[in-house]
Amino acid sequence: MCGIAGIIYRDGGERQVGRDMTRMLQAMKHRGPDSTGYALYRPEAVGYVMHVKLAEANGQGDFEFAERLRRQRDEIEARIRAQGARVRTSDPSTDHALTVTFEHDGDLKRLADYVEGVRGAEVLSLGRSLEIVKDLGDARTVAADYGLEGYVGTHAIGHARMATESDVDIANAHPYWAYPFPDVAVVHNGQLTNYHQWRRRLERAGHRFQSDCDSEIIAVYLAERMAQGDSLEEAMRRSLGELDGVFTYICVTEDALGVAKDELGAKPLVLYEGDDIVALASEEIAIRKVVDREIETHDPYEGEVMVWTR
Amino acid sequence: MDAVTATDTGATYDARGLVELDGSVPRIATVDGDRAELDARELSTRKINAELRWLLYERGVREVTVHNPSARHSLGVGILTRCRITFEGSLGYFGCGLIDGPEVQINGRVGWSVAENMMSGVVVVEGNSGSLAGAALRGGDLVIKGRTGARTGIDQKGGTILVLGSAGSMTGFMMQRGRQIICGDVGPGLGDSMYDGTLYVAGRVASLGIDCVEGQWTDADTELVERKFSIYGLGSPPPLRKFVCGKKLYNYDSLEPSERKLVL
Repeated sequence: MCGIAGIIYRDGGERQVGRDMTRMLQAMKHRGPDSTGYALYRPEAVGYVMHVKLAEANGQGDFEFAERLRRQRDEIEARIRAQGARVRTSDPSTDHALTVTFEHDGDLKRLADYVEGVRGAEVLSLGRSLEIVKDLGDARTVAADYGLEGYVGTHAIGHARMATESDVDIANAHPYWAYPFPDVAVVHNGQLTNYHQWRRRLERAGHRFQSDCDSEIIAVYLAERMAQGDSLEEAMRRSLGELDGVFTYICVTEDALGVAKDELGAKPLVLYEGDDIVALASEEIAIRKVVDREIETHDPYEGEVMVWTR
Repeated sequence: MDAVTATDTGATYDARGLVELDGSVPRIATVDGDRAELDARELSTRKINAELRWLLYERGVREVTVHNPSARHSLGVGILTRCRITFEGSLGYFGCGLIDGPEVQINGRVGWSVAENMMSGVVVVEGNSGSLAGAALRGGDLVIKGRTGARTGIDQKGGTILVLGSAGSMTGFMMQRGRQIICGDVGPGLGDSMYDGTLYVAGRVASLGIDCVEGQWTDADTELVERKFSIYGLGSPPPLRKFVCGKKLYNYDSLEPSERKLVL
């Protein structure tokens, strides 16, 4: 089932996007209580930000677990430095997650690959402004664990997951970063039926997949199209024909937010376009947590692609 | 079962994570004779529906206005008596489903599956509607003044759905009886796999579904459409085309691949 949500402030301003997204996702907890994820865009800043998962939240913690995590953190920082990056800050968000900000002029894919060489490590997001936070539990739990209530940013997407096709863990939680393309992330509600076909194609093109989740394909697919010169909207329109299955997905980049629905219109989406914000979610009840008044909303039709820039 | 936990929605969950039934009625509506006003802002879905039942079945109220429904799901469901209910705001999914008798006015928008399985009564939506409006409708009138989503009247078995705006794909999918009047455009797959019933469309038809064909217009069609438009004060109807079931799928006219082999 899953619940997805997106919000973008039309004036390009910065707001309490962490708080807003938490409210939206919490209102849709009934659509998916397994895990919750955020892709948040921080304001213009120097350098890059990387979120790394060190271990699964529900993994077996042995006696040396804490010690091993500490060693992993040190190793990751060392590897970032070894790639010639200047680490500015390094904060453990929780026991099993790490946020590193750094300046770097070199190849980001090489850096990400090198970091993922550390056992158990997975780069959840990498970009100038994209920050992906995902963990088990509902929105309130994840927001409290990662201190998202006070997060100020420009736009965000979120996902409340009900696992149907793959495990309940962080690797299979949304949003997905479009490895190795910085600042692109996707949330998806639905199932893709030509997943294996696309996964093989993209793996042959050199992309790595961290999960067995079909949604990861969309992120990498779109980012690859954009790397080949498509705009976000062109890539999304093309995806309607090339991805098979039922889906409503939201894709975000540094300055844009787009939504696409499959040709059956099988998965829900409610859209509110206000003067100041555009908010979209699987259910209107989520939007009403951010815009607390009677509003004019509608469901986009099948095969529609819409993109807003901030 | 013990270990009941309370949440801020007012619902309680038992140790299995199932919602505990709390049958108490809030009794906060202001009742004036056979009319009542209810502010639903602070109430949970369950409490709003319990309050409606109490007002309509026990207090003899015939006309209720509900304020601040706040797009919540499953409001006004299962009301089985003649009455008038007005929602001053939008509803979420499954609004006014399984009703038999009420005349409902919704001054807002509705989510998926509004008036699903309505047996009789009227539901008028001032705004837009989500997909699956009037799913498995059995009787009564569903009037949507805005646009509606996909699969309007899926599995419809009676009644009338009147949409002033456009409708999405697979409108009238698998419908078995009843009528739909769509004043705007319709998406691809109109009347796909319909068994019977009638679809009237004023706008552009993106494509017809399997076994849906254009029908012969009769005086009975004119009478029906004009009557429905006049009941709801919608002026004169636009020129409409009529679509019905081609009845080609009633019988097999082609052999299964395995049978074909036998014949050859």
